[in-house]
Amino acid sequence: MSIFIDEKTPVLVQGITGRIGSFHAQEMIDYGTNVVAGVTPGKGGMTHLGIPVFNTVEEAVKATGAEASIVFVPPAYAGDGIMEAAESGIKYCVSITDGIPTHDMIRVKRYINSAQPDERMILTGPNCAGTISPGKAMMGIMPGHIYMKGKVGLIGRSGTLGYEAASQMKELGIGISTAVGIGGDPINGSSFVEILKHFEKDDETEAVLIIGEIGGPQEAEAADYFKNNMSKPMAAYVAGLTAPPGRLMGHAGAIVNSSGESAAEKVIMLKDVGILVAPTPSDMGITMAKLLKAN
Amino acid sequence: MNIHEYQAKKLLAQYGVPIPKGGIAHSATEAIYQANELGGNSWIVKAQLHSGARGKAGGVKLCKSHSEISEFCDKLLGNNLVTNQTGPQGKMVSSIYVEEASDISKELYFSIVLDRATQKVTLIASTEGGMDIEKVAEETPEKIAKIVIDPAVGMQPFQSRQLAFTLDLPNQAVGVASRAVMKCYRAFRDTDANLLEINPLVLTSDNQILAIDAKMTFDANALYRRPEIFEFRDKTQEDPRETNAAEHDLSYIGLEGNIGCIINGAGLAMATMDMIQHAGGEPANFLDIGGGASPERVATSIELVLSDQNVEAILINIFAGINRCDWVAQGIVDLLNKRDINIPLVVRLSGTNVEKGQKILKDSGKKVITANTLADAAHKVVDAWKDNH
Repeated sequence: MSIFIDEKTPVLVQGITGRIGSFHAQEMIDYGTNVVAGVTPGKGGMTHLGIPVFNTVEEAVKATGAEASIVFVPPAYAGDGIMEAAESGIKYCVSITDGIPTHDMIRVKRYINSAQPDERMILTGPNCAGTISPGKAMMGIMPGHIYMKGKVGLIGRSGTLGYEAASQMKELGIGISTAVGIGGDPINGSSFVEILKHFEKDDETEAVLIIGEIGGPQEAEAADYFKNNMSKPMAAYVAGLTAPPGRLMGHAGAIVNSSGESAAEKVIMLKDVGILVAPTPSDMGITMAKLLKAN
Repeated sequence: MNIHEYQAKKLLAQYGVPIPKGGIAHSATEAIYQANELGGNSWIVKAQLHSGARGKAGGVKLCKSHSEISEFCDKLLGNNLVTNQTGPQGKMVSSIYVEEASDISKELYFSIVLDRATQKVTLIASTEGGMDIEKVAEETPEKIAKIVIDPAVGMQPFQSRQLAFTLDLPNQAVGVASRAVMKCYRAFRDTDANLLEINPLVLTSDNQILAIDAKMTFDANALYRRPEIFEFRDKTQEDPRETNAAEHDLSYIGLEGNIGCIINGAGLAMATMDMIQHAGGEPANFLDIGGGASPERVATSIELVLSDQNVEAILINIFAGINRCDWVAQGIVDLLNKRDINIPLVVRLSGTNVEKGQKILKDSGKKVITANTLADAAHKVVDAWKDNH
């Protein structure tokens, strides 16, 4: 097993006819992802990349049984697109879009959470590279070939730093069950903890690597969750030791505003609960190798 | 995006939040004119720059004569003021706000923030106005009251009352305070603000509530739908390097070191800066070129980094997913064909089209130090910088 997606998962692409949506939909198909439908309002009825296009997510779900959706919609409309997916019975949604207003994301989260827990859509992102279960399926914009299939679960706030980790592990012969980008925004669809719950239950995942950065409470929450609820070993890296406080470092969520949000403080919190922390970003692979050897 | 105190007050006043009377001035003459308009015989004059802690730095003064106002303006206007929040170079005082002096009986603290932990809006109030609130929270947490608002429902009157009652106000002032709090919430909600802070919010001796200071910051991602907020932008308060980068749609932050960095992705950029420090160097900047960068964009990024006089070596680290290593390499070669760079340039390419990219660099015959891994790249750039020093 992997988490969220595998080769059978029927995938919908929202914004499939756009330049970016189109390019990445093709990459996903080439990787082996079961892309069954696309949605672009006003373009329903056409076929694009050999995939049927619908006007609404509801129509697409009814006609094709799509269960997962990847949203390539510009920032001003992305929140709306995510809520449409949630309302139409999509179970897993990936939002790639960078630049969604924070107030919109707060509303989106309230909307998703208003559903009954067992019917609630899981959202990852926005502002992420997506999710990949290597060798099975890819919903995202990552270079698929750098991920080797295996038994480590990977969760990261940064896309390219996730690539760095995946390729370091591949060099060392360590593969990945699923890699999940949770995104660099202040309000994420899912936090580290929410994804850790799935990896903890997944038979195929033996260990987890989380890649954090400055800003927000997520790494502290992950440390707490690891201490109280996880049986699987965990490694981590936190970016931004050299980042000055009070400055936004590219990602809308990467800013140290209050105590506990700096990289140094996060490293201490993670180490304190027994998570193996990579001292530098070039040690992420080696750290995971050590962790696997010790367990 | 940050705005000035006088702009935040103007905005709050539009929502009915009570503020002292005041006027903005760009010269001593204008400041005296504003003082005359206000009347009275004492005025608070406040330097306008994007920073807190202006009082301690000499940026706020109670003036009792026109000559005092004039002297204050001459000293500050157009000059940089250094506060404990601006960094050593300070920030330019672009205007002076002249305000009527208020009759203060009690100073309070009030703020609204987007709370990332609860993913809701949090209102914070304290009886300890005029102080550093982080310090109050640390030393006397019982003096801080918090109300969490579910943005789907909005703030309810009982919540604003609840908060007002924590402030030890006389009964006559509770209604006024709770209405002011409600109005602040509306201003926050309707403008895509990230932060609204009034420190101090004061109780006057006639039981009125006034916002004596005001700080607001806004979500840059929402400015497209808030043109009235975007109008408040003041470029004199920004690092010119950052403004220049933003005009090219590049995310750049100037730092104090001397190794220039060009990277794709914010996380990898931060990690690369960390790696440079680990290897014994100091990064001169954060720069994220984003995805799908064209050769021109790469060349522009290098120019931008070179425009920083402190830069003595450059590291380009690209892990291409939606970028293409061949485009990045072409951008580097194009720039080197156009101008000579007499500082070391280290390039690490990985991911999409890496072989093509490496070939372009090699075939160009240009002096580029290539590296295969992140660690290799960081050590090479630090070593090259040291050798060149």
